[in-house]
Amino acid sequence: MSVSEMPLVTVQELHKCFPHPVTGDTVVALEALNITVAPGELVALIGPDGAGKTTCMRILCGLLRADGGHAVIDGIDVSADPQAVQNRVGYMPQKFGLYEDLSVQENLNLYADLHALPDDVREQRFQRLLAMTGLDPFTDRPAGKLSGGMKQKLGLACTLLSAPKLIILDEPTVGVDPLSRRELWDILQQLAHDDNLSILVSTAYMDEASLCHKVYILHEGKLLAQGSPEAITKKADGACYLVTPPPHVPARLLQAALIDDAPHVIDAVPQGGAVRFISRTSDVSQLAVYAHFPDLVPQATPPTLEDAFMMILKEHSQPQAEASHFVIDYTSTASSEDAPVDVEVKDVMRKFGDFIAVNHVSFSVHRGEIFGLLGPNGAGKSTTFRMLCGLLPASSGALSVLGYDLRRARAKARAGLGYVAQKFSLYGTLTVEENLEFFAGAYGLSPHAAKERIEEILHQFDLDTHRYEPAGELPGGYKQRLSMAAALLHKPGLLFLDEPTSGIDPLARRIFWRQITALAAAGTTVIITTHFMEEAEYCDRILIQDRGCMVALGTPAEIRRRAGNPPSMNEAFINIVEQKRNNPVTTAANNRATPPKGGSSS
Amino acid sequence: MSFRRLRALIYKECLQLTRDPSSFFIGLVIPALLIFLIGFGMSMDVTHIPTAVVLEDSSPTARSVVSFMNESPYFSPRYVTSMQEAKELMDERRAEAILRIPGDFSARLSEGRGKVQLITYGVDTTIANATTTYVQNGIARWQQSYLSGTAINGAPAIAGASSSATLSATPPIVPGSVTVDSRQWFNDANTSTWMFIPGLIVIVMTLVGVFLTALVMAREWERGTLESLFVTPMHASEIVFAKIIPYFGVAMIGFFICLLSARYVYEVPIEGSIFLILFASVEYVLVAIGMGLTISSVLKNQFLSCQLALLVSLLPTIMLSGFIFDLRSVPTAVNVISHLMPATYYMDLLKSLFLAGNNPVIIYKNCAILAGYASLFIGLSLLVTRKRLD
Repeated sequence: MSVSEMPLVTVQELHKCFPHPVTGDTVVALEALNITVAPGELVALIGPDGAGKTTCMRILCGLLRADGGHAVIDGIDVSADPQAVQNRVGYMPQKFGLYEDLSVQENLNLYADLHALPDDVREQRFQRLLAMTGLDPFTDRPAGKLSGGMKQKLGLACTLLSAPKLIILDEPTVGVDPLSRRELWDILQQLAHDDNLSILVSTAYMDEASLCHKVYILHEGKLLAQGSPEAITKKADGACYLVTPPPHVPARLLQAALIDDAPHVIDAVPQGGAVRFISRTSDVSQLAVYAHFPDLVPQATPPTLEDAFMMILKEHSQPQAEASHFVIDYTSTASSEDAPVDVEVKDVMRKFGDFIAVNHVSFSVHRGEIFGLLGPNGAGKSTTFRMLCGLLPASSGALSVLGYDLRRARAKARAGLGYVAQKFSLYGTLTVEENLEFFAGAYGLSPHAAKERIEEILHQFDLDTHRYEPAGELPGGYKQRLSMAAALLHKPGLLFLDEPTSGIDPLARRIFWRQITALAAAGTTVIITTHFMEEAEYCDRILIQDRGCMVALGTPAEIRRRAGNPPSMNEAFINIVEQKRNNPVTTAANNRATPPKGGSSS
Repeated sequence: MSFRRLRALIYKECLQLTRDPSSFFIGLVIPALLIFLIGFGMSMDVTHIPTAVVLEDSSPTARSVVSFMNESPYFSPRYVTSMQEAKELMDERRAEAILRIPGDFSARLSEGRGKVQLITYGVDTTIANATTTYVQNGIARWQQSYLSGTAINGAPAIAGASSSATLSATPPIVPGSVTVDSRQWFNDANTSTWMFIPGLIVIVMTLVGVFLTALVMAREWERGTLESLFVTPMHASEIVFAKIIPYFGVAMIGFFICLLSARYVYEVPIEGSIFLILFASVEYVLVAIGMGLTISSVLKNQFLSCQLALLVSLLPTIMLSGFIFDLRSVPTAVNVISHLMPATYYMDLLKSLFLAGNNPVIIYKNCAILAGYASLFIGLSLLVTRKRLD
């Protein structure tokens, strides 16, 4: 790739405002954004939700009109002639934009006709794209019945049909399994290199962004940083350390202790059984964490793009109220195998028609444990989860929660558990306080006890200042806190969280996990689903599901070991799935829960 | 506009139609279901009215007065001997009406002052009114045959007393002057069904035209499929026409289902021109589709579109288009609103074309108005469907 060429895309001083959907106030979506994409360049827009990535892409495609500034693609001003731009670029929106009731071939035919491809070119392209995406054997399958990874590749194939100079992909890998994500990025890199295709892609995954030639970091509509991933990563040079917790201390407790030390630590995450942190000072002996764990030996480690990203993000965002209201005993030990079993799942299966959503799953969760259900979209996490909460009966198998059989004593089991749904399920027009009062009533708290508990929990979750605001107008992170607060009002021993971290920014995610760590340390059992593989590191044990089946069950360390000790959970997932696909017989033999005719998912 | 792109989009639409059973359900099954359900179920004709007949006068003349009930499908007479018994039957609601032939009926008849008493259960006015009419007509017919039989006497007269539970009697009627022509009611069993069928076609066309299209465009917005279609050489008008054409076809199939069942199942006469009925229906389907697409494109949400479609199209079509209530008898304000709705004109056209024949004034006026509405709504749907997300 030669960067000296004229850029294909030039964005200058782009501005865009929207009215707030509830309050009607003006919200700045983009502010003075400058971007260039050269021919053959692979460029990533990264940033938390609401950063303006989608708005920027829609303006480039002529789907939104900018309030100010210019966007020029291949010499055409987008606002002057959006149709000319739309004839020349390929665009894949967030939901892939496929017709789910049309087959793979019919989707491709539609786009080929819309681009008026001549018949000879058409067949050639179909063959090439189908081979490239590995969709060849599935041309007759309805797009709706493809896995997330295959949908994403079909979406990509549709954008490539017209052989555009530029393709724009909006979060193509959200909720897609790590293996498919890697395959997509292989294709993208190849396209940029071999075909000199320019690619503008937005993503929330830093490992993906680090594969690009250039990265733009957006936050709340502003450009915070730009440059090659290497150049941006340099920002965190010398600030990153790895530290191993003392024996029998879960990594998340050490991580909590580090992140609570805001004066010295910028960020900390559990990683591969150790804790990775970014220090504010070069002298790590100053860390407050030594008060609790005197024998720590932090090791300097090379920075990653994610470290630099977190540093930049922290610099530019107001200090959010930390989770310090959740007092933690850093020295509390992890839940042990001897603790009583709170949740028992035995050989559970759930069918929807002839589709098996959950295929013979068994596991148990001990008191005080954080148990993670991981897997890509469509893996069966949510179905497993709904069965555990008693919201969905199992087709076969046995489920017991807090000692109650869910088939017989669903109501009793529910009284002892708290549930946070994936979607915000509180009343948007009621204030924070009114929502809590309602749920206190629903849980049967006496008025006096309710009042006290609401005060306590408002303080804990740092919602005091928002108590009179309608819940629907809270920013994303705060909505999630309120949902948690409502679920914890009756002090349940067991907390169910369904995808609590999707759609909230990385800073809010740190606070969220800090709260969960504190709850678990205080003896609450937590069951959580997530499609962020790296969040497995916070869990005591995890169950990885893929297409309804159990892929792996165990502690993060055990799973890494099984996968051959890769550095990240993502790679562990890829390795294990590949092992399973290459050697299905051994896996079936190892997996006692799978009956002879069980594996019906194709 | 490119023919090739339009063809590709229409083909896509047809594929979706065949794959998604819900569209076919709304388009074809619902019209058939409605026409049979409402057609058979909705009839203002009342049959088998349980009637207590009190024969206080047991003379052959008195018996022959009420004999019309015996073979009539409209009555299930039950003969009792005392008023007391009849009242009990009515209290138990085992009788909807009491027909009383007083003891002095024969005597008074010969004096020209014959009187019978009819008591109806006033709670259900439909049945009460129908019963009254039936009884009056039945007795009027008896009177005619009686008069022709005993013409010399020239004096008998019968009064059918009507209305709710009040015991009343109308004044005597001058002999020979009572002729209530009610042949229609008695001979044409399905008259009210005939009146309903054209109205039903309007409702089915509204349902298919507005609802189907109100859903389909919003569905594309919701699923994000339009967003990727937009970033192709496609024009916004192509997507609109690609929706209009197949759904026009579906709605017309629904129309033919209605028309055929009207003609062959209910045997509704088609007095006017079948060509004009077809023409008016094409116009109205275009109006309905235009409305649906406009709603759908503006709201971009299936649930909201459905609600609004219900509110602005189906409910007013049923309540305000003259389907149930005669527009001449509604308050002026309601009448004005009714005449803002395209369904009113289509209803008027169909009723007159089916039952009355070709009335040039109605045809020209209403066809012109419908054409105006069709271009208005199709134009609006083209205007609001733009390749923009803001």
